[in-house]
Amino acid sequence: MTTELLNVSMPELETRHLVKRFGGMQAISDCNLRIAGGSITGLIGPNGAGKSTVFSMISGFLRSDGGEIWFKGRRIDGLPAHRVARLGIIRTFQTPHELRELSVLENLMVVPRSQFGESLAGLLPFGGRRVRKEEHEIEERAIAVLRTVGLEHHAQHRAADLSGGQKKLLEIARCMMCNPKVALLDEPTAGVNPSLINDLMEVIRVLHNGGVTVVIIEHNMNVVMRLCGHVVVLDRGAVMCEGTPDSIQRDERVLAAYLGSPP
Amino acid sequence: MLDFLIAIVTFTAIYAMVSLGLNLQWGQAGLVNLGQVAFFATGAYTAAILTRANVPFLWAILAAAALAAVLGALVALITPHLREDYLAIVTLGFAELVRLILLNEKEIGNGPNGINAIPQPLHGVAGANYPLLFALLTLAALAAVFLFNERLRGAPLGRLLRAIRDDESVVASIGKSVLAFKVEAFSLGAAMAGAAGAFYAAYLTFIAPEMFTASVSIYVLVAVLIGKRGSNFGTLLGAVFVSILLEGSDFIKDYIPFGTGVQIAAFRIIVMGAVLMLVVLARYRTMVES
Repeated sequence: MTTELLNVSMPELETRHLVKRFGGMQAISDCNLRIAGGSITGLIGPNGAGKSTVFSMISGFLRSDGGEIWFKGRRIDGLPAHRVARLGIIRTFQTPHELRELSVLENLMVVPRSQFGESLAGLLPFGGRRVRKEEHEIEERAIAVLRTVGLEHHAQHRAADLSGGQKKLLEIARCMMCNPKVALLDEPTAGVNPSLINDLMEVIRVLHNGGVTVVIIEHNMNVVMRLCGHVVVLDRGAVMCEGTPDSIQRDERVLAAYLGSPP
Repeated sequence: MLDFLIAIVTFTAIYAMVSLGLNLQWGQAGLVNLGQVAFFATGAYTAAILTRANVPFLWAILAAAALAAVLGALVALITPHLREDYLAIVTLGFAELVRLILLNEKEIGNGPNGINAIPQPLHGVAGANYPLLFALLTLAALAAVFLFNERLRGAPLGRLLRAIRDDESVVASIGKSVLAFKVEAFSLGAAMAGAAGAFYAAYLTFIAPEMFTASVSIYVLVAVLIGKRGSNFGTLLGAVFVSILLEGSDFIKDYIPFGTGVQIAAFRIIVMGAVLMLVVLARYRTMVES
């Protein structure tokens, strides 16, 4: 009982009174999210509710106009994107952002931080052996991640040549390669062939079982119901309600938000 | 004839170093730079002033490269979020700024009169064969720049720069500072242009602001474009094409039955413009397809 109370009072990731305006439009107003460590939380809501905007603000890609973002007892709003990522909060992009001219394998090999081969010292003649050893280790890990998402046969292909669904898998693979503490997945199944969706859900479960807190924006309610332990409904930039998938599905306000209120 | 060939080789090697610097910035990291001449000029003036003060040529090259690198880092630091087209305008304007300062500040390099009597390295060692010796020195420097660029291209660092070129938001999302790598790439490319400037000053023994107009930036841009952006070997070929077109027309004019020297001088610019358009058209189509 005590631990549960503790969990409720200390979420791993939290937004407090978050505000974002685009010109005159209030995209996010007083948004309060509480993400428990180790959970899979679904973030749903009608188009334009501000789901992706919240992700962008948490991950440091977008500055908030008010409110606070806390991660593990540390205030992170105002940090640049790469600093947020270094804390272990990794976002994926709604439209896949593959590194087009790089191979699928290289897309993952760029991920590990402070590579000796990425320093100028690594270019010096005596650095060759150390760089090769490092590259070998990174490549092994990248191939293991590609195997998890089923892209190992495409390792040498140009990322631009992947199909839309494969690019989505590559987004998640890159996220995995980062060893995240929190994964913010922005519509991982949108535009993916239905036959691939089960594989994708399995990949997300693998990510979660590795101890990662997952927050997922998703329109496919079937996926939300099967994956998420907790669902937050966003409407017009604020949290409308939250709870278990079952309770959300029965909530009349949610139905009204999606379908329009009855006359 | 042989003298002329040696002169062409020297010019080509100098232009190739400037072009390779641009290829590192633009071809690898995707940083458009229409002001490469600014770093070339910085290097030329730095080396000219230092060698006239009896600083050894090798130190003058290093100082030229270092000062150009610092300027390059500054440009990269003030433009971190600029989109390609805006970066092009800022760098173009920056180069004009540098040229205007050189033109108007009498203290730096005698304003419009420029700097003359620039000492040449190892002069007197080779006697009448000096131009050949200088060409070989320049080629050695070019070889060093080329090998460095090739090593970088094959290294994880090159991979990361190409990742920034493809999509810098991805690089930020995996926790890497895009700005730090942009500054690094930009100042390295500027350093190469700076070193080339040192050779330019020593070769001509005279420099003036009028030699460092925006057209130089465009020539090296053409060299990189012709050689397929990103390829160091292609950039080398592109630089050969551009220098032969620019410096070789004096030679060709004896063999062309029509036109005066002035007409041919204008004609070579037309040829370069046409080639540039053809290359862009061909490349642009492949870009749209992919």
